Order: sequence, then structure tokens, then C-alpha cells
Amino acid sequence: MEVCNCIEPQWPADELLMKYQYISDFFIAVAYFSIPLELIYFVKKSAVFPYRWVLVQFGAFIVLCGATHLINLWTFTTHSRTVALVMTTAKVLTAVVSCATALMLVHIIPDLLSVKTREMFLKNKAAELDREMGLIRTQEETGRHVRMLTHEIRSTLDRHTILKTTLVELGRTLALEECALWMPTRTGLELQLSYTLRHQHPVEYTVPIQLPVINQVFGTSRAVKISPNSPVARLRPVSGKYMLGEVVAVRVPLLHLSNFQINDWPELTTKRYALMVLMLPSDSARQWHVHELELVEVVADQVAVALSHAAILEESMRARDLLMEQNVALDLARREAETAIRARNDFLAVMNHEMRTPMHAIIALSSLLQETELTPEQRLMVETILKSSNLLATLMNDVLDLSRLEDGSLQLELGTFNLHTLFREVLNLIKPIAVVKKLPITLNLAPDLPEFVVGDEKRLTQIILNIVGNAVKFSKQGSIYVTALVTKSGTRAPDFFVVPTGSHFYLRVKVKDSGAGINPQDIPKLFTKFAQTQSLATRSSGGSGLGLAISKRFVNLMEGNIWIESDGLGKGCMAIFDVKLGISEQSNESKQSGIPKVPANPQHANFTGLKVLVMDENGVSRMVTKGLLVHLGCEVTTVSSSEECLQVVSHEHKVVFMDICLPGVENYQISLRIHEKFTKQRHQRPLLVALTGNTDKSTKDKCMSFGLDGVLLKPVSLDNMRDVLSDLLEHRVLYEAM
Amino acid sequence: MGLVKMQKSLQDYTKSLFLEGILDSQFLQLQQLQDESNPDFVSQVVTLFFQDSDRILNDLSLSLDQQVVDFKKVDPHVHQLKGSSSSIGAQRVKNACVVFRNFCEQQNIEACHRWLQQVKQEYYLVKNRLETLFKLEQQIVASGGMIVAFEPGF
Repeated sequence: MEVCNCIEPQWPADELLMKYQYISDFFIAVAYFSIPLELIYFVKKSAVFPYRWVLVQFGAFIVLCGATHLINLWTFTTHSRTVALVMTTAKVLTAVVSCATALMLVHIIPDLLSVKTREMFLKNKAAELDREMGLIRTQEETGRHVRMLTHEIRSTLDRHTILKTTLVELGRTLALEECALWMPTRTGLELQLSYTLRHQHPVEYTVPIQLPVINQVFGTSRAVKISPNSPVARLRPVSGKYMLGEVVAVRVPLLHLSNFQINDWPELTTKRYALMVLMLPSDSARQWHVHELELVEVVADQVAVALSHAAILEESMRARDLLMEQNVALDLARREAETAIRARNDFLAVMNHEMRTPMHAIIALSSLLQETELTPEQRLMVETILKSSNLLATLMNDVLDLSRLEDGSLQLELGTFNLHTLFREVLNLIKPIAVVKKLPITLNLAPDLPEFVVGDEKRLTQIILNIVGNAVKFSKQGSIYVTALVTKSGTRAPDFFVVPTGSHFYLRVKVKDSGAGINPQDIPKLFTKFAQTQSLATRSSGGSGLGLAISKRFVNLMEGNIWIESDGLGKGCMAIFDVKLGISEQSNESKQSGIPKVPANPQHANFTGLKVLVMDENGVSRMVTKGLLVHLGCEVTTVSSSEECLQVVSHEHKVVFMDICLPGVENYQISLRIHEKFTKQRHQRPLLVALTGNTDKSTKDKCMSFGLDGVLLKPVSLDNMRDVLSDLLEHRVLYEAM
Repeated sequence: MGLVKMQKSLQDYTKSLFLEGILDSQFLQLQQLQDESNPDFVSQVVTLFFQDSDRILNDLSLSLDQQVVDFKKVDPHVHQLKGSSSSIGAQRVKNACVVFRNFCEQQNIEACHRWLQQVKQEYYLVKNRLETLFKLEQQIVASGGMIVAFEPGF
């Protein structure tokens, strides 16, 4: 046996100790071997482990330690050299690895520790984020509630719904116990409890507006915490709850609207507010959070906006309703006016014909009666009847004239006449009355006043007669001066400039009287229809009050102006008018007044050989018309019916005179059929003239619409016919010979 | 009777017709139409008038004497007569026709009867006067005188 380095056991009796060492070493080895196995197993299991090679190192270290201990088992007893060698190797390796491990751990352990700290840090962070998340979620919820609330509030334009919804939604969002709205009363001195969420409230529960707590709340736009015992918050029945919840109040501005009666208030405030009071549940130990207060403020603003919108809408709906009502009323009024106008026109149309016919009958009758044998009393009666009916006829004519004037259908009948003679004749007419009243009339004609003029003689006479007649009527004493002159410069009215055009001039007539005079205030009324000044003197003079109005209209038709000047009552007055007249080229007088057109040129006075056709059912008038035309030199063919007319008419006839006396459309058909006959040779169609006894506009219009070229009033005088023919042939149309 | 006297009496007679309103200016128009080419114009027209009017008045009497008066037939007759009389200037006949027509429109039978009589009266009157006038004219012409156109002078 070699010398071994093993230690000889000192005491062989310590086999027990040896045994224990043996067993311990064994278990150590086992443990040492199992630890890495466990490690490997769990590391394999775990997903993340950054230090594998450390593990390997550590594993190696352990394994070698274990191996060492294991090999130690053999060293207790005598062992061979191999074992010793192995043991040594193992020990050496172990030493190396363990040193290496020790060295490495110096680096590793701080890292591992820092991982731990990072983990701690992240955990804290996560906790913090959780908290914040919770907060944000709460806020977002709140925001959502606000939006929903706003949406609810703004989705309706009804004031009550808005307020009610506000309270309901707020109550729900914030889980309130009670929510109340106080509105200012009309007088503005008190706040009235208008809406509550849960509890019923007495109807007229008010608090004065000047309480300090209310002022405090109204003074700021923020939500203010108030005491649960203040009068505005004392809504719930005191039911012995231990701890009343916190109360917050906020003002709701009521924006200015026009329908608030501000003038009732004893003191003006620039803004009106309502008060919203919110109460947290009692006994809940809840507190008002900042975000909840903000929510309340936002809601209050939204409510204010919604309320103002609702009010504006109310206003505009009301305005629209009013406008519609007015529209309907106006429409009705317009229709009534149209009906009235139509009725008036119908009436006038009827009057024109229907009233004149009996009128003429009456006058005819009375004149006939006058011719018979009558006792003096009867004669007097008949004369009165005649006079009255003449007056009535004049009145009717006046009124009809006026309506035709207003209608615009009246046209001046121009003709040449002697102006000087006209004045003299008018004065001759007035002289008898003036002499009776002992009022001398003086006529003064300017030397440059033309003698022969062109104008409407009849109407001019009417005007002068009316004015001078008025002067005589309203004067009790003194004298009357009538002056006529030519004026070229501007007249009294500044917007009326007299422009002499060619062969025209303006005649100015001044009638001065020394009578009752007129109050300057009454002057504008003089020219209005039917108006009379109220003085007793004028009342008795009768008349319809139309004279001046008609005169004014005639003057206007003659492109002139009429006015009255007076220095006051009792100082007389002066009536002045200007009218435009034409200067006649001819110096010889015309044969009769009332010739429809100025005889233009005498070339066409010769109608020799002119072929005309006369259609008239009445034998006598046919003969008369034929005689008229023959006398003028025409070649006349006569027919007595429209059928005959159609057969006979040819392009040789230049004019066709047809009698249209009977009303009805059949008579006018002939005109249409003649047009038809000549559609191909339009230029060869003869001119068509109607002879009728009816002179009004409707007949004229009817004739025009049926294609007639002219209308003549029966019975036709010779001169009338001559002028008409010459006009027709010259102009190929004639509508003025009425 | 001397020619001048006859002419004077013709003038006076004519004047009286106008003054009494039996004739109006239309008759003057007719007289103006009478000339060398148409020497008998007036008498022709007047004769025609008499013929027409006789017939119309007959028809009117017949129509009005019916059990049931058809005013639609009466009216055109009156209208005719009115037209004729106004064409020659028989003023009073025309006036009477106007009144007659009125009553026709009112369908007042009794008044129509009365006024038909009145119209007839006026017609016979004017017929009578005109016939006298023509006789005077013929006398003057037969004596070799000329008919001087009547100037109304008013």
C-alpha cells in the first residue's frame, strides 16, 4: 500500500460521526445536484430570464461543489490515487468556477437589485395611472352628462320643458336630493319658487330678493356654497335628519327680452337672474367636488342661452302670427275694396244708361206736357218738374263726368273757337243773376290774347262759368272782375313750369270778387269732391259741391293749374287758373262748335266716286245716310241685312258703314266675317265704321275688339260725316267722332 | 197769294214746327242734303218714313192686343220707330218712343197701351204738319218760286 495523504482516523470509535458526515455529504451532494436541475427546469419554464449563462456558471459551480462532496464520500475510507486525482481535479475546478462566479456576482447582483427597483417603480406608476384614469373617467362621465343635459335642454324651445329637464338631469347626474329653481316675479322684488325636482311646493312661495345670501350668489357667476338653513334652501320638511347635505346655489342670467315690463320696477337692474339651488343628499357625507361645481356653472350658462332662444322663438312666432292675421285682414280689406270698386263701376255703368233713359223720358214727357192746355197752377207745376229734372240731369251728368274724369276715360274735344266770344257769352249767361244781385261784372281781355284758339270749348266754358258763377253766388255786394291774359312764365306752383311749345300758349284767367272770402285753412278743401264750407251763407246756395272739383280736373286735363287766394273771411277772394290752349292758324271762324277734329287739310274734302257700302235695317235711316253720302259725292250701295252685306262687299268699296243699334254680339259678327273675307288681300279690305246711338266706352271697346276702324254717333250731321270721311281716308282709323 | 207771302208763310210755318219741338235740327240736315242732283230727297225720305211708321204702328197695335203680350217682339218695333223718327228729326215722336220703350222694359201693359196712343198721336201730328209743309212747298214751286233753305236763326 502506498502512502496516502489521507488522514488516518484518530479514533476508530467515531464511526457514528463518520456515518453522519457520510450521510450529510451525500445529502449535500444530492441537494447540490438537484438545485441546478430545479433551476434549469424552472428557467426553461419561464419565458424571460436574461442571465442564462450566469445560470450555467452557477450550475457548474454547484455541480462541481456537489461533485466534490460526492467524491468526498470515497475519501473517508482508503482510496486509490485515482480517486484522489479526481478529487483534486474536482476541487480545483470548483475553486476556479466559484471564484469566477463570485467575481461575476459582483456585477450581477446590483443589476438584479435594480430590476427589482424598476419593478417597484412601475408598480407605483401603474397605481398612479389607475388613479388618474379613474379621475378622468369620472370627468368624462360628467362631461357626457353635461352634453346630454345640454342636448336635452337645447332640444326643446319650450321654456318649461327646458327648466324642468335641467332640474331632472342635474338631479340624475349629480345624484341630488333636491333641486329647485327660483324665478324673479314680475315686479322683480321677490323670487318665486317655480320648479322643484321632488318635493311639492306651495304655489306662491316667495322670498324677497334682497337677502344677503341671494345677493352673494347673484354677485358672482360661480356656484356658491350656501348654508342649508338659508330661506332658499329650506324646502324639505324638517324630518329630523341628522346632517343636512351641502347646498350650492348658482345664478342663471335671464337675458333681456322686449316683453319684460321694465317700467314697473322701482329700481332698474341691468340684469335679471334666476336662482338655482342644488342640495346633496343628507346623511351621505358627500361633498361638493370642484368638477361638480364646474358642471353646475356650465349648466347654468347653457340654461340661460336656451331660455333666451326659447324667448326669441316665442317672440318671432308671435310676430309671425300677428303678421298672418294682418295679412288676412289686409287681404279681406283689399277684396272688399275691389268689390266696392266693382260695385261702383257697375253702378256707374248702369247709371250711365239706365238712369239717363228714364231721365230723358221725364224731360220729354214734361216738355210735351208743357205744350198741352194747362191751367196756370198746372203750368207752374210742370215748369217746376221740368226745372227739377233738368237740374237732376245736370247733376247726373256732372257725377258721371267726374267718374269718367277719374276713370281717365274722358277726353277733351278739341276744336277751334273764338276765345273772345266765349268770354262774352259766358258773361252774358251770368249777367242776369249778377244784375239781380246788383253785382257789376267787368271783363278785361289782354290785348295780346289770341282770338282764335284750339281747345275744348265746351269744357272751358264750363270752367269759366263755374268760377264766375261761384264768385257771383258767394258775393253779396261789391263787384266782380274777370281778367284774361297770356302767361308765359312760371305759375304759383313751383313744380309746374310753363313751357310755351310752338303754337301753344297758356291762358290765365283771374276772377276777383269782394264777397265772403274764404278762411285760408279751408282753401285746400275747396277742390275736394262734395266738400262745402260750413258757413250759413253758403249752405243756402245749394249745389252739389262738385263744381270746383270738376273744374280742377278739367284744368288738369288741359295741362293747367287752378288755385284760389283769399285774404281771409270777409275780404273776398281771387280764383286763378291757367290752361294750355293751341293757337289756331286759321283766322276764319269754324261753322259750329263741337267739331270733333280740327279740319286738317281740305284735299280729302272731295269724295267723288268714292265707293261706300251702307248697311242698315231701318229703311228711313238707311235712306238718310245714303243721302248724306251721296251729297258728299260718294257712290253708295245700300243693303239691309248682314248677309246681303257679305255678299255685296268687295274690294271696290272703300268704306262700309254699318248700323249697330241693337245690343248683342251678332251685329259685330259681320265685322269679323268681313275681316275673314279679306284675309288674303288685307290691304284691299274696306274700312269698317259703326253707326250707333250709344256713346260710352264699352261700345267703343267692343267695336275695337271686333276689328272696326271707327264709331260714329247717330244721327250724323253733314259736316260730321265730311270730317269723318276725310279723317278716315287719311289715317285709316277713327275713334274720336263721338 | 203772292209768291213772297207764300214763301214767308212757309218760313213761319217751318219755324213754328221747330219752336213747337215737332222737328229738330236733324230735319235741317235733311234739307241740306237736297240739291239739284237730289231734288226730292226730303219728300222721298219722309214718304218712306210714313210708310214704315204706318206699318210699325199697325204691328204694334196688333202685338199689344194679344192675350199674352210678347214684349220681346214689341221692343224691336219701337226701336225701329225711334230710329226712323230720329233720322228725320221728328223729335216729339222720338221722345214719345223713348217713354214707350221704358214702359215696355217694365212690361207695364196698361202704360204701354196708353203710350202707344200717345206715340200715334204724335206721329199723326207730325205727319199732318209735314204734309201741310209739302203742300205749301208744292204751291210755291207751282207758282214758279224757289224754296229758300230755312235758316233757324237761333
